[in-house]
Amino acid sequence: MAKFITSRRTVLKGTGAGIAALSTPYFFSKGAWAQDFCNNPTGSTVTIGLNLPLTGTYAEEGADELKAYELAVKHLNGEGDGGLLNVLKPSALKGNGVLGKKVQFVTSDSQTLSDVARAGATRMIERDGAIMITGGSSSGEAIAVQSLCQELGVIFMAGLTHSNDTTGKDKRRYGFRHFFNAYQSGIAIAPVLKEAYGSDRRAYHLTADYTWGWTQEESIKAATEALGWETVATVRTPLGAADYSQYLTPVLNSGADVLILNHYGNDMVNSLTQAVQFGMRDRQANGKQFEVVVPLFSELMAKGAGESIKGIFGTSNWHWNLQDEGSQAFTKSFGAAYGSPPSQAAHTAYVQALLYADACERAGTFYPPEVIKALEGFEFDGMGNGKTLYRAEDHQCMKSVLVVRGNENPTSQFDVLDVVQEVGRDVTTYDPSIFGGELGDAEPVPTCS
Amino acid sequence: MTSFMSRKDFILFAGFTIVVLLLPILAAPFGAAYPDLLQRFMIYGIFAVGFNILFGLTGYLSFGHAAFFGVGSYAAMWSFKLLSINALPALIFAVIIAGLFALAIGYVSLRRSGIYFSILTLAFAQMSYNLAYSVLTPITNGETGLRMTLQDPRALDRLFFEASPGAPVPSIFGMSLSGWNGFYFTALFMIATFFLAMRINNSPFGMMLKGIKSNQNRMNYTGFNTRPYTLTAFVISGMLAGLAGALLVVTDPLAGAERMRWTASGEVVLMTILGGVGTLVGPVIGAMMIKYFENIFSSFNANVLNNFYSFLPDGVREVMVTISSKFVGEGWHLSLGLIFVLIVMFLPGGVMEGVRRIAASFNRRANGNKAEARVATAPAE
Repeated sequence: MAKFITSRRTVLKGTGAGIAALSTPYFFSKGAWAQDFCNNPTGSTVTIGLNLPLTGTYAEEGADELKAYELAVKHLNGEGDGGLLNVLKPSALKGNGVLGKKVQFVTSDSQTLSDVARAGATRMIERDGAIMITGGSSSGEAIAVQSLCQELGVIFMAGLTHSNDTTGKDKRRYGFRHFFNAYQSGIAIAPVLKEAYGSDRRAYHLTADYTWGWTQEESIKAATEALGWETVATVRTPLGAADYSQYLTPVLNSGADVLILNHYGNDMVNSLTQAVQFGMRDRQANGKQFEVVVPLFSELMAKGAGESIKGIFGTSNWHWNLQDEGSQAFTKSFGAAYGSPPSQAAHTAYVQALLYADACERAGTFYPPEVIKALEGFEFDGMGNGKTLYRAEDHQCMKSVLVVRGNENPTSQFDVLDVVQEVGRDVTTYDPSIFGGELGDAEPVPTCS
Repeated sequence: MTSFMSRKDFILFAGFTIVVLLLPILAAPFGAAYPDLLQRFMIYGIFAVGFNILFGLTGYLSFGHAAFFGVGSYAAMWSFKLLSINALPALIFAVIIAGLFALAIGYVSLRRSGIYFSILTLAFAQMSYNLAYSVLTPITNGETGLRMTLQDPRALDRLFFEASPGAPVPSIFGMSLSGWNGFYFTALFMIATFFLAMRINNSPFGMMLKGIKSNQNRMNYTGFNTRPYTLTAFVISGMLAGLAGALLVVTDPLAGAERMRWTASGEVVLMTILGGVGTLVGPVIGAMMIKYFENIFSSFNANVLNNFYSFLPDGVREVMVTISSKFVGEGWHLSLGLIFVLIVMFLPGGVMEGVRRIAASFNRRANGNKAEARVATAPAE
């Protein structure tokens, strides 16, 4: 083997090259210190990052959210029919972008996985210079990305996330949620369930095994037990399981007469369809008709579940068939662009984009702490959920919640849900301190590289 | 001074070090020069190099290395939560725990070889995944993943200073490890791992492992007890996987169960095969390729494609965008799969075999005349 001897000259040369190599990247990142906060937009455009599940269990919701964001960006830039820009009250939006800068977006496929969602969000912040991250269709993702955004000093406008933890135990100063949560679902659905099924029932829960499922199970359990229902068992199922037969078989002999499915997206479509195939909806148990309840569902899932969804109770954040001006305007411009009515995921995504833009206009800057102040305690109307408050204590929107039921006689393929009741904001408002958690501080703003 | 290293190795090592440190510049034309992705290059590079110590040298194909990766992640996160936000204790703790874990799994699995070994490791890894996902949720927080919170005790830190307000961020003796600092921190470990792999490759121990790969029976007949050697290799590669997992938590403080899934175990096998099994640099190249596809190709949407084809007339552009969009964005798996098939078919030795072939063809051209001359003057036997 050839041994080699280094001369002093080689060592010196090597050291010099090494130091140069080590320090080069600093020349490049120096510019980062010139800006006073992360991704301060200096050109004529401003970039927002869309973090969406385009594959995985919640892919369908993700695709619908993407359409909504594309529409929102168009409307913010003054293209199209303006959508909800015309009905938001109060509004500082001018339809010429945000603070005079044209809005553009970058996307990332989060695959319904927290790890991937974080990697995607980091990429959009570090490489693409996103000033704000929005989207997501799973609470696991939302919470993971929200804490990342707090670390990097970038505002996160959550898309579809229904776990109590998002604005409860895991709330963050930089994270905002327009969507309602499991606790509010519980408040809204309990009286309807009591009226329909009585107060002497035995419930069996199947729950998606992650933060959203856990908190929804807890909230629905508390709400139904307050009615006098008994909880027979709560069983956790892995997210994305395709076959639920092993979880459904024990339900038949458990003595339960209500099955509560804390599932969402494809999971819910699969578990509900299989439950119906097991003949659960034709059964009698304890001398009563056996019933299935899906506390959170959307028109996308209802469409996926087809016949099985008929007559099943659940809650929704919003429905395209609402008759107020805002809902009508959104349904009209979404339908004109994509040929189908928007889902509740699309609605919340669209509204979040507009609310962020509006907050920047009102703050007169993109500086996150000022935008946060503009959003906290902001009260607005016209977005389809009645008068809505962005609560300062936990960054949760306080607004009305819909109790819905699978339509028995749908007139079209989109007419799959009936709105049973609109539960007002005064009823669904709760004490923000019950979930604990801490928002943390907005300042000093972390500087991302 | 360099008596332990051949000149060829020194050049390889120095070249590798320079390329790694210059990555922020070299990766820029590919749109990959941002700290998060470069960190992932380094972290999965370490993971793949460690895996290659087992698979490349002994030929034992483990299908459960993601378990050690995940265990390293959880161990590091618990160190952040209980001890200190300093990265050093977290890394040490993670490597030790992953090593013990590898010792236990390796001790059982290595009683079998070939496909049975692969299945055993796969079974253990899937067991660990399910434990992390649903059984041990108090320790792992299940699907949601384990994160640091403001309320964590962090006993070591509290001995020396008061808790600072704001979200805790991993650091090394007060220096934050986010952004470019994180990249250089992981790069140092990548270089050290590469050095270690090179030393093992050239050592008598490495020769022994290669002997096991080419014919274990013959090794046994000559009187060697091979099991301690394979077990050592297994534990070393498990520890490196744990180190990689811990580094991922250091740069991105979230530990989730999904990184222990069997697809993650398969990914490291792909990385190694794509780059070149048994080579030193190959696994790193494979790791970079896969992570590049996952992070960059998946980010191409219709807008990006439209810009890319903007030089074409409208009709042609739409056709091109429609065709290409199947291979990028959420279709990135498709293009990765195609490349994998092509490489396995035409370059069974991975990218490194391609590099070798190109180098050989250059050498042949350069040495062509000399070689012919040598043939001509060779004395007849």
